[in-house]
Amino acid sequence: METVIKANKLTKRFGDFVAVDEITFDVYKGEIFGFLGANGAGKTTAMRMLCGLSTPTSGEATVAGFDVFTQPEEIKKNIGYMSQKFSLYEDLSVLENIEFYGGIYGLNRSEIREKNKELISKLGLEKEANNLVRSLPLGWKQKLSFLVAIVHQPKIVFLDEPTGGVDPYMRREFWDLIYDAADKGITIFVTTHYLDEAEYCNRVTIMVDGKIEALDSPGGLRQKFGVASMDEVFYKLARQAKRSAD
Amino acid sequence: MKQLLSFVKKEFYQVFRDPKTLVMLFGLPVVQIVLFGFALTNELKNANIAVVDNAKDQASQQIINKIAGSEFFNIQKVLTSSSEIDAAFKEGKIKLAVVFPVNFYNDLMHTNKASIQVIADASDPNTATQLTNYINTIVSDYQSQLSPNSSVPYTIIPEVRMLYNPDLKGAPNFVPGVMAMVLLLVCVMMTSVSIVREKELGTMEILLVSPVKPLMVIVAKAIPYLILSWINLAAILLLSVYALDLPIKGSLFLLVAESTLLIITALSLGLYISTVTKSQQAAMFASMLGMMLPTMLLSGYMFPIENMPVVLQVLSNIVPAKWYYIIVKDVMLKGLGFSAIWKETLILMGMTAFFIVVALRNFKIRLE
Repeated sequence: METVIKANKLTKRFGDFVAVDEITFDVYKGEIFGFLGANGAGKTTAMRMLCGLSTPTSGEATVAGFDVFTQPEEIKKNIGYMSQKFSLYEDLSVLENIEFYGGIYGLNRSEIREKNKELISKLGLEKEANNLVRSLPLGWKQKLSFLVAIVHQPKIVFLDEPTGGVDPYMRREFWDLIYDAADKGITIFVTTHYLDEAEYCNRVTIMVDGKIEALDSPGGLRQKFGVASMDEVFYKLARQAKRSAD
Repeated sequence: MKQLLSFVKKEFYQVFRDPKTLVMLFGLPVVQIVLFGFALTNELKNANIAVVDNAKDQASQQIINKIAGSEFFNIQKVLTSSSEIDAAFKEGKIKLAVVFPVNFYNDLMHTNKASIQVIADASDPNTATQLTNYINTIVSDYQSQLSPNSSVPYTIIPEVRMLYNPDLKGAPNFVPGVMAMVLLLVCVMMTSVSIVREKELGTMEILLVSPVKPLMVIVAKAIPYLILSWINLAAILLLSVYALDLPIKGSLFLLVAESTLLIITALSLGLYISTVTKSQQAAMFASMLGMMLPTMLLSGYMFPIENMPVVLQVLSNIVPAKWYYIIVKDVMLKGLGFSAIWKETLILMGMTAFFIVVALRNFKIRLE
């Protein structure tokens, strides 16, 4: 199996504070890889290092085959990103957003037109295509954000708590889109604090106080800890956590 | 009633805990009183003038002494020829020149009449008028001093020449000021707010993860305002020339080039502000405080800089608008060329470089 992300003892220090403490893991192509942990555990910091947003203090990591220290620009061309606050401009229309991000990632005009059609039909937004994004309901914005984040068919897409504030039905629909992308060979790296979403992942890690305390498939973790749900796995591990908020 | 009281109490808590509100409530009035009461004044004192004494007789000497003794004037130069006067005005070193003709006293004694030439820099018509009036007062003082001893009154006629703006139009004074204000307002505030908005909304993060280089983000944000500012500039110049009848005496190209320099200075100041503020509100506030107020008060547009206390005069040197104002007046009104404004141009370029360097440095640090 092809490894798309490799991290070895990746560490991030802010002065005396060790936000991410020597984490080591591999992510394989086409996997849905979940990064769980309480607020303040270091998930977002770890993700930022992998995206080229933040330089690690020590350790090594490669993303899509490129080194995070020396080749962050190459990494950026090959990844997609969706933040907690979504990635769309509220004062631009649906089509204008697709056009903008398509342009930034180097898609040419015909490719953008293709993508327009594809995304609009996938989400059933034919009537709203020219409406400002601000008028869309939250669930649609989230789904559109995700599709825009992968508009350039990146190798990996990083999702930072993508399903905040939306009802379980919408979240289920969102995850359908994720499965779709994974089927097409895009690796998904997602952080979340919704434990039921952990079940949707192929493998998850649980971070506590900057360290990876568990790394396995959800089934494997449940078996290892002898519990029936991811909630309980998490509870067992996170109890020991000393840090609380990000 | 109880409801109202609880509400009002909460409002007071919020007012006193918000530093920005406190500054506006207490800081601003105090600063305004100090500034307008003591420092900024339209009154002229110690205006730099030049004297050309072709007569060198007791009459001219006495008048010159009166002028020297007056608190309104500071005889900067005693020149010997009229061509030196031209140069002194062009360099902006004097606001007024008094020229005594060769046989001043003799003419007075023999014909009871003599004239004095008074040349004023009317690019600021208010200053020119005031100064000329002071001279007239001094001259008529001297006149009445002489007269009691003779039956026929002496008449000294000041021949007044208003340089650069013979019709004493107000436009030459406020058009450059307005140009500076408009360009600065659009560029500084809008740029800083636009960049901070991306930060606030979280879309900045997305941009940083994308292949787009930070420098491109900044340039892309600055370009619309650059173009809009050019349009604004064109509109102002067209209005000045055709509606206000204020021709552009110097090179239009130079004027546009220097204005573009100010635009870039303003854009870089906006950029700098965006790196040190976290919210759009703060960016607007910083733009107001750091740019609008100093521009209005310290650029020389409303209040002559020479009349301010030394502290403010020194402070006015870091206001980009001050240098731009000098450049525009020199080029638009006096028709001067680059050789006259190279110093001011260099200063603006230096300020721009400084803002850009510091802003980029801050920008990179923020990425961490």
